Amino acid sequence: MKSSHSHLLSALCCGLLMATAPALHAQGTEVSAPAEAAAMSPDDLVQKVSNDVLNAVKADKAMQAGDIKKLHALIETKVLPYVNFQRMTSGAVGRYWRQATPEQQTRLETEFRTMLLRTYTGALSQVRDQTVSIKPSRVAQTGDEVIVRSEIRGKGDPIQLDYRLEKSSSVGWKIYDLNVLGVWLVENYRNSFAQEINATGIDGLIDKLAQRNKTAAART
Amino acid sequence: MADASLQVGSRWKAIAPVALAVLLLQGCASTPTGSAPVAQDPYEGWNRSVFSFNESLDANVIKPVATGYTYVVPAMARQGLTNFYNNFIDLWSTVNSALQGKLGNAGSDGLRVLTNTTVGILGLFDVATDMGIKKYPEDFGQTLGAWGFGAGPYMVWPVLGASTMRDSFGLPLDLMATPGFLLIDDFGWRMAASSLQIVNTRANLLKVGDLLDDAVLDKYTFVRDAHLQRRLSLVNDGNVPESQPAPDATP
Repeated sequence: MKSSHSHLLSALCCGLLMATAPALHAQGTEVSAPAEAAAMSPDDLVQKVSNDVLNAVKADKAMQAGDIKKLHALIETKVLPYVNFQRMTSGAVGRYWRQATPEQQTRLETEFRTMLLRTYTGALSQVRDQTVSIKPSRVAQTGDEVIVRSEIRGKGDPIQLDYRLEKSSSVGWKIYDLNVLGVWLVENYRNSFAQEINATGIDGLIDKLAQRNKTAAART
Repeated sequence: MADASLQVGSRWKAIAPVALAVLLLQGCASTPTGSAPVAQDPYEGWNRSVFSFNESLDANVIKPVATGYTYVVPAMARQGLTNFYNNFIDLWSTVNSALQGKLGNAGSDGLRVLTNTTVGILGLFDVATDMGIKKYPEDFGQTLGAWGFGAGPYMVWPVLGASTMRDSFGLPLDLMATPGFLLIDDFGWRMAASSLQIVNTRANLLKVGDLLDDAVLDKYTFVRDAHLQRRLSLVNDGNVPESQPAPDATP
């Protein structure tokens, strides 16, 4: 017997756990990556970001105990510069994105980022002895978009973690989606976002995200 | 004679709570207002009520029991039990890989079972993983998928959780491949053994906590969509034809 949905949830969490992922907390998407990163191959970029984050948490007892300030700072410097958060949000909002005013788009991005950042922060505090290796089977879609596949090894079964990256001429490669054990994150939000927008409109979705963030923040 | 009636009696006793639950559920099927019907979820109303039944079963029974279990049973014993269950899962993967014609994978999983059953003392120790013998988890739903059956509608079952129509046809066989069903004849003991497996599995998930609860708007939708994506990926061994982001998505 199995409790398959809680198993899946746990897998997702474990994946998020060590992912060098989405979550973010930056001012818009125009955070520029350090110059040397612009020249990196997407494989190298994912490996570097993964190692930076894992090593930092492994070396810091406060982070392992869940020191939110420190974890935020780590994510801000080591992860955010390599994530295109606007693209993540527009992907999750899907076809409604164009109906949103620029102001609504900004608010959606901010709230979505806060929500993912919180999850990611909690997950990162559980990093202990994991390592990340990049799999050679990199899938090129077009010249400017690739999928990088990686695997997290620790105790228990390895966790498959894939990233979608896009290349922008000025800043190099940026992550805009990730896949934990076969589940693409952005795609997975699309139905619940659409459901909310159908019921209460774009502002309704923004309010719901904001409210969810507020109650979660009050709890910690 | 007395024996037979006793058996029927205990069988009914085991079924009664499930029957009761099903009756209760029929009373509270509901869909949140404004939720758009999703093509692969025609039974959403029913599924949602089973989902919330499972959620409260977990919160009120399974999770508390699993928590207590971790206090009473030492970590080493729990790990041994987990390995023991996984050995059966590997055995079932061997069968299913073979049924799908993936002989290399079947060989690897078969070797795991042989190794763990002998060197690993009836599966209590996972020696095969330490030796680097890979596992390729396959269940009968994946086998049906590999044979060309589509997933069909999404289904949520009491206790067992998220599934699809196709995987529901695989479920009885998947259950029969668990130690409770393979090793135990007596119905009551079989239920006890299966309950222990559920509790042990749940205990392994405790440290994950409720991480996702704050990260989703509607847990039902999130779990459903994740489950469907995951199963599609599993049936294709991770090589799902790329579904592009919606055409209007790029700004």
